Amino acid sequence: MAKIELNGLAHSYMPQVQEAQDFALKELNHVWEDGGAYALLGPSGCGKTTLLNIISGLLIPTHGEILFDGNAVTKKATEDRNIAQVFQFPVVYDTMSVYDNLAFPLRNRGVGASEVDGRVREIAELLELGDSLKNKASGLTADAKQKISLGRGLVRADVSAILFDEPLTVIDPHLKWQLRSQLKHLHKRFNYTMVYVTHDQTEALTFADKVVVMYDGAVVQMGTPEELFERPKHTFVGYFIGSPGMNVVPCHIDGDKAMVAGHAFSMEQGFSKVPEGASLEVGIRPEFLSLSRDGDGPAVSIQKVEDLGRFRVASVRLEDHEFKVMVGEDQEVPTDGARLIVDPTHVNLYANSHLVEEA
Amino acid sequence: MKTKALVTVLYIVFLLLPIYWLLNMSLKTNEEILSTFSLWPQDLTFANYIVIFTDPSWYNGYINSTIYVVLNTIITLLVALPAAYAFSRYNFMGDKHLFFWLLTNRMAPPAVFALPFFQLYSSVGLFDTHIAVALAHCLFNIPLAVWILEGFMSGVPREIDETAYIDGYSFPRFFTRIFTPMISSGIGVAAFFCFMFSWVELLLARTLTSVDAKSISATMTRTVSASGLDWGVLAAAGILTIIPGILVIYFVRNYIAKGFALGRV
Amino acid sequence: MNKWSDNRAWWLVMPVVLIVAFSAVIPLMTVVNYAFQDTFGNNEFYWAGLEWFRDILRSERFHGAMGRQFLFSFIILSIEIPLGIGIALAMPRKGFWVPFCLILMALPLLIPWNVVGTIWQIFGRIDIGLLGATLDSLGIDYNYTQNTIDAWVTLVVMDVWHWTSLVVLLCYAGLQSIPDAYYQAARIDGASKWATFRYIQLPKMNRVLLIAVLLRFMDSFMIYTEPFVVTGGGPGNDTTFLSIDLVQMAIGQFDLGPAAAMSLIYFLIILLFSWVFFTVMSYLDRAEN
Repeated sequence: MAKIELNGLAHSYMPQVQEAQDFALKELNHVWEDGGAYALLGPSGCGKTTLLNIISGLLIPTHGEILFDGNAVTKKATEDRNIAQVFQFPVVYDTMSVYDNLAFPLRNRGVGASEVDGRVREIAELLELGDSLKNKASGLTADAKQKISLGRGLVRADVSAILFDEPLTVIDPHLKWQLRSQLKHLHKRFNYTMVYVTHDQTEALTFADKVVVMYDGAVVQMGTPEELFERPKHTFVGYFIGSPGMNVVPCHIDGDKAMVAGHAFSMEQGFSKVPEGASLEVGIRPEFLSLSRDGDGPAVSIQKVEDLGRFRVASVRLEDHEFKVMVGEDQEVPTDGARLIVDPTHVNLYANSHLVEEA
Repeated sequence: MKTKALVTVLYIVFLLLPIYWLLNMSLKTNEEILSTFSLWPQDLTFANYIVIFTDPSWYNGYINSTIYVVLNTIITLLVALPAAYAFSRYNFMGDKHLFFWLLTNRMAPPAVFALPFFQLYSSVGLFDTHIAVALAHCLFNIPLAVWILEGFMSGVPREIDETAYIDGYSFPRFFTRIFTPMISSGIGVAAFFCFMFSWVELLLARTLTSVDAKSISATMTRTVSASGLDWGVLAAAGILTIIPGILVIYFVRNYIAKGFALGRV
Repeated sequence: MNKWSDNRAWWLVMPVVLIVAFSAVIPLMTVVNYAFQDTFGNNEFYWAGLEWFRDILRSERFHGAMGRQFLFSFIILSIEIPLGIGIALAMPRKGFWVPFCLILMALPLLIPWNVVGTIWQIFGRIDIGLLGATLDSLGIDYNYTQNTIDAWVTLVVMDVWHWTSLVVLLCYAGLQSIPDAYYQAARIDGASKWATFRYIQLPKMNRVLLIAVLLRFMDSFMIYTEPFVVTGGGPGNDTTFLSIDLVQMAIGQFDLGPAAAMSLIYFLIILLFSWVFFTVMSYLDRAEN
């Protein structure tokens, strides 16, 4: 296992780089701690896979360096980095048996036959592949194939980190959950450094200790699932995490309050200095809004109410701005004279889409 | 990386060198060809090409070849499309055997059929017509076209057909309006192969024609024996037979690799 | 894929059956007819039974042509298949040069076969051909019209020149179907170049290679025009392959009976090979699904 440091990493697929927009991955400094389980979350094309391929050495970055436990490996070939990677679509060597598939990385590295046998059987047991060792790999189901891909990484005792590139894309939904908990279990038991790329927030939030959110080639936030939820550092994180996403509406500042359509939203945690001339927005999660007939919130009109089972989502209008409000099963939605009640501890202020830090 | 590029380049040079030599000769006078040995024409001349474009016995060869090749391609595609659809979508009595029987015709040596074809087409009065050569070439082009098209059609999910039938399309309308456009690349590839194999064939084309439908290949072989040593004109004629191939291949360049794998990759 | 069962599909294949029957079955009947009969002219035929077959199977001439045919097919297969694989592996996988390479490589495939013959006939001549003249100036005694070995070498090189690209294009198509992730996984697993070839590239080329071997076997077994133009079957009968022999017999000497019997034997050999191929291919298809 190893700690992985990324220093000033940036990558462009174009041979001649002219402007910032040419970079698929913008300058990035980051540390993956030894034994951590990280999820790399973001929409398609945000640079997740590029970053993963740089770590595994399939791509050489345009700028910057990568350190494994303090040693520079930027220019090292993939096979010398001791990285394991599981791809989106299962990669198995069709003509080989499951046993030979698992033994392949060890045999390529010249490991003795008896040690190979021991490792392969151990890993097969661990992944519950013990019964199909003699079968041809090509005839297996997608989830078994993904287990083989994972197993080919795990058989190598010295593996520095295991990278997952949306590994559950082609797995049946009911098996996804099972495979994910098996992964978590493996992580707990062996303390591998794991980086898990996905665009599915549920997958990211359930798998990882720390979630790294990427957007447009840059890391916009790294944090625990709670931090991402409560203090999104970028409006994108607010939209992307949570369902429904965060309400983000333009505002301006009056003293220590955010003004939206003439109504003041107080912010309990306060904020540091707002950059001059920045476009300001206020972000509040639907979970921290409520509707009431009385109280001193601004009056809103109710547009529609969606029943999502365990809760309902009400869309309300405050002048030109729309808010989504989460309403519990047992709470009632006032049909007229509704006022919007805001939890002042969970109001975030954004300047040019970035969070304005607390004072 | 370097050695790989070198291998590719060397191979292409190996392919182009003989063609270049033909081109080189076609631009020389016969005197120069026979007297001096030079890597490029010392005395550049287009006389050989002018001979071909002004002498009907030469340029008619190209016209005749083009006519029967185009006829063959059209006939082949018209009959192969429905057949390939049947093979890719339906189980029917004897389908496997029929498919195999068709393929065996692709494997029939033209030499075996040369004489019987001559007798057959003479007896029905088709000897020395374009349609005779076009039909004879169907022997190996239809099986190939059915095979290629079947490969491409099997790549189209059957749900498309089902949806169209549910939407009330009749078979002919579905086939011409929806299905055919979907496999247009396959049709292009099949047409390319029909063109190619019909264009390059000599034996049957020569056996089945004498004057009116004489192909360019036949014209070339006969002229060699008759006038003997007109190397320059022969080379020019050869170069002109390569040009249609280059044009056709340019149109299917994006599908060529898949096409040569008969749509089965 | 599951198919619908419907015998009305016969209507769709009917045009193909009719045309191919017209151009295959009737001529084949003629061949069979000749093969079992003899004539003294005047269109009077009498039953000859298996006499022609016996004659052909015993004739030295047929044995010679058959032996040369198998040798030729064997030589060109053992050169073109490995060479084709090698070049397909060496080709760039993507980029600007790919269509360029493909078009240039396909070029020999589109040249009429007699022109291919003409090109090499000229190319190999000592007086006016680049190859012949170069070899001659290097002091190598080369003459494909007089020397058997030289004639064979010329024909083999010509066939390699003409058809290796077919193998290249087929293999290349197979290689293109391998997703990048396979190569990446192989690098992560520390696979050597050989292991990558053996376990990733070769399995993906299986089917196209089978097609390549079959097409090359068939077409080389039926080869007529190119050697006919270059050597005319000579020197002597040293490059007289089956098709050349057959045409000589049927059209040159008008020995219809033996020619027809030989045609049938010839066709049966090819059929046997294609049947084996077809069976293997359907077996692979089933194994895959």
